[in-house]
Amino acid sequence: MSDRTVTRAELAEAVYEEVGLSRNESADLVEAVLNEMSNALVEGESVKISSFGSFSIRSKGERIGRNPKTGEEVPISPRKVLSFRPSHVLKNAINDSLYPE
Amino acid sequence: MTRSELIARIAQQNPHLYHRDVERIVTTIFDEITDALCQGDRVELRGFGAFSVKHREARVGRNPRTGESVSVDAKAVPFFKTGKLLRERLNGDEE
Repeated sequence: MSDRTVTRAELAEAVYEEVGLSRNESADLVEAVLNEMSNALVEGESVKISSFGSFSIRSKGERIGRNPKTGEEVPISPRKVLSFRPSHVLKNAINDSLYPE
Repeated sequence: MTRSELIARIAQQNPHLYHRDVERIVTTIFDEITDALCQGDRVELRGFGAFSVKHREARVGRNPRTGESVSVDAKAVPFFKTGKLLRERLNGDEE
């Protein structure tokens, strides 16, 4: 295991090598994909990427939390959270690679 | 929104690109994330979120129906943490 962190730059480089657009345009397209996904989610749409996973929004109701330092009770306002559900294809690929039989 | 709708939206914004190239771009992005996770690497996309792999140790589980013990192998599970900007946008705090 290499413990590397992959960022936008590596994704843009992969697009550059695969498609043969300029590096700048490759980077712009990576950004466009993330933007489209974010915008859909902000609009309340779920995003389903076959053989990768799906992103969906869950609404959480108000609940009472506690400040762990002071023990004081504070209301936690209702909020939306994003959940990612990996597809079986992704889970299997990771396990086959990291935990071979 | 599905993978093909995502491709269609990107294609619409980029009329100079062939549809099949947009498909390859989108596929490359998710393949690259998948490959990184398969090596146990982390993928950090500031503002959007970070993908990582969490490891679960082998354990003795139970078949809930029969009560029988079964050994569950160690496994890896992909995990996504929403980025700060996206989390704020979801809750309507633009800027």
